[in-house]
Amino acid sequence: MAVFLSEIKSPGLFLVKNIQGSDTTRLLEMGITPGIKLEVIRRAPLGFPVEIKIRGYLLSLRESEAKCIEVEE
Amino acid sequence: MSKEPLTIALVGNPNTGKSTIFNALTGLRQKIANYPGITVEQKVGTSIIGGVLHKIIDLPGAYSLNYKKLDERIAYETLIGSYEHEEIPDLALVVVDSSNLDRNLYLATQVMDLGIPVMLILNMSDVAKGKGISINPDLISNSLGVPVVAISAKNKSDIDQLKQKISESDLEVPEPLKWGPDDSLKEAMNLLINEWIKPYTNIPESARSIEALRLISEGEFNNAFYQFEKEEKGKSTIKKARELVEKGGGNPMATEVLSRYNFIGECTSNASSITSQTKASLTDRIDAVVTHKVAGPVIFTLVLLFMFQAIFSWATPFMDMIDLLFVEGGNWVANTLPEGMLNDLLVDGVIAGLGGVVIFLPQILFLFFFIYVLEGTGYMARAAFVMDGFMTKVGLHGRSVVPLMSGFACAIPGIMATRTIENWRDRIITIMVLPFMACSARLPVYALMIAAFIPSTTILGIFTLQGITFFGLYIFGIVMAVLAAFVMKRIFPTGQQTPFIMELPAYKMPKWSVVFQNTAERGKVFITEAGKIIVAISIVLWFLASFPKTEMPVLTQTDNTEYNSSFDVTENPESYQLRHSFAGQFGKIIEPVIEPLGFDWKIGIGLITSFAAREVMVGTLNTIYSIEEEDGESSTLKEKLINDVNPETGQPVYSIATAISLMIFFALAMQCMSTIAIVKRETNSWKWPTAMFVYMTALAYLSSFIAFQIGSNL
Repeated sequence: MAVFLSEIKSPGLFLVKNIQGSDTTRLLEMGITPGIKLEVIRRAPLGFPVEIKIRGYLLSLRESEAKCIEVEE
Repeated sequence: MSKEPLTIALVGNPNTGKSTIFNALTGLRQKIANYPGITVEQKVGTSIIGGVLHKIIDLPGAYSLNYKKLDERIAYETLIGSYEHEEIPDLALVVVDSSNLDRNLYLATQVMDLGIPVMLILNMSDVAKGKGISINPDLISNSLGVPVVAISAKNKSDIDQLKQKISESDLEVPEPLKWGPDDSLKEAMNLLINEWIKPYTNIPESARSIEALRLISEGEFNNAFYQFEKEEKGKSTIKKARELVEKGGGNPMATEVLSRYNFIGECTSNASSITSQTKASLTDRIDAVVTHKVAGPVIFTLVLLFMFQAIFSWATPFMDMIDLLFVEGGNWVANTLPEGMLNDLLVDGVIAGLGGVVIFLPQILFLFFFIYVLEGTGYMARAAFVMDGFMTKVGLHGRSVVPLMSGFACAIPGIMATRTIENWRDRIITIMVLPFMACSARLPVYALMIAAFIPSTTILGIFTLQGITFFGLYIFGIVMAVLAAFVMKRIFPTGQQTPFIMELPAYKMPKWSVVFQNTAERGKVFITEAGKIIVAISIVLWFLASFPKTEMPVLTQTDNTEYNSSFDVTENPESYQLRHSFAGQFGKIIEPVIEPLGFDWKIGIGLITSFAAREVMVGTLNTIYSIEEEDGESSTLKEKLINDVNPETGQPVYSIATAISLMIFFALAMQCMSTIAIVKRETNSWKWPTAMFVYMTALAYLSSFIAFQIGSNL
């Protein structure tokens, strides 16, 4: 079942399904493209940003960006 | 390759070791300047490669030419030759982090579309090997169609190999659009190029397709940098082009990116392989502690504490030395030159002004040394990650923490440090609230007022009322900064929620040459840029305090009524001069204005002269109260302040209410020309320093007014 990255509370490996929203170019350009594996590493102290591993590097995203990324377990 | 001198541009993602390569190529033959009109630095140097002197440009780090921030725009516009005095580079060296190939190649494929010769540098090949990644440079070269060289910028022999490769290069332009846009995207690009870019803009021919792609993805002119005559025509053409892409089944924001990544995937799938690792990397293990929900903030606080303790204690001896140097130098000049106006101007205007600039240098150098070390190791991004949640709650940014905390030492290095904040609005808000942090120049004033007027009553056994007041003033500064940020967040046009997509680079040892060089550069920028303004204002303030020249009349006991003041006849000539100077007269003129705050004209003079720097207040009061400068002067000043009586009312001039009002005023008012000068330099306009001066001083006036009125009516 597809969920948004912003809703995932615990670390784990996911598959990127879709990127949606009004300004998604940069997320795609950073390599978060459909079909790629995405690992949720951890959340920052107040819940956001969230740290992910994508294409072998670490990236920090705020809630507004995490809401654009649809993933699947 | 021809033996012509070339302009070579270094392009790459942030954290790819681009600066290290730039330093290795240019050595000391480099200079750093601001791009005209903006505060992004331009690094240019020269390098002798194969016996020819080439010009090397280190472009700001960029993830994409479809720019989202100023740094990236600069990189893009330099590459396409939009700057009048800069030509299109003859060769683009795209620096690629080998351990992060795909995302780095994204930018590389964009640069390959620009119609200029490209060479790919696979940097950090040693790091990649450590991560179990092996790359075949020849296969990459074949599939991309550009020369590739794999190096580790730390090795001198690798740099020689790079130079060799550059001198052998035949400067071939790679095939543009090799990643293969689909038909509808191609059609859309042609439409935009033929109906808009070619007839109405001066984008060079080679850059037209990349500009077309940028506009299709962006959907609008997202900036106010250009004014196009036929902007409506441009907008409608962009709309038409996007509709073409949509008709072809694509998403205008995604089609190009996805095609590029497909192409990159094809190139790297046979050329690189990863042997999977079982154990967590060093970076992962460090991060498990450093970005931990509880340990993270604690560690960050400790790092900051250490940093500022070090800045305070390590910078102090240097600051004392500089102080001594300028005082002694001033004395020497004063005694060597014949007495007169030139002597005064040099000693009290120029030398004192210069001293006032140089005195900040140790703190600036120490702070930036730490910042660049933390940046170089990769910790700074973690600090921003850990603090971002807290800081966004109050309208600031994860990267605001370090500059704000630096403000406790001095606002100037703090404001300079805001350059790490990418978003302009977040950066401006941070700059605008930063001077509320209780800087060290406020210390002497706080110390004097507290010692004189706050009773040393013990509270709860271990605390004194004096200590608590001191602490309270620091907290007061922080609270005001947070409140101001909160308000400003609502005032300034937001546009959209600040995007904050931040890479957390792998930990590594900082490159010391880069650290020292950048630190020295910050010091130089401060001295040369802010220094000019500070020295100029110092001379003006000197003039106001020294003119018109008046001779102290020889007073007898009975003549004393002339000035109707609380002074006794032992007043010295300096005090007399200051009272009758423009500054002194001005102090008297503003007395009605500051009276509701509980201040008299003597404090008024102090407020004027302390615009040079807050701590000057104490010196000015010393002069006004005719205190011979000897050891233990502040205790004498303290006595004088306590005993000063208003001749009309017979009441003491300073009540506790006045003292508190004065401390609040110092906590909030913008009384530091050096800060004004650096804000001017960092924002490149007088608008922000003016706004800062007005709003902070107005807030100070209002707060002091309320505090004094309440305090004196209790």
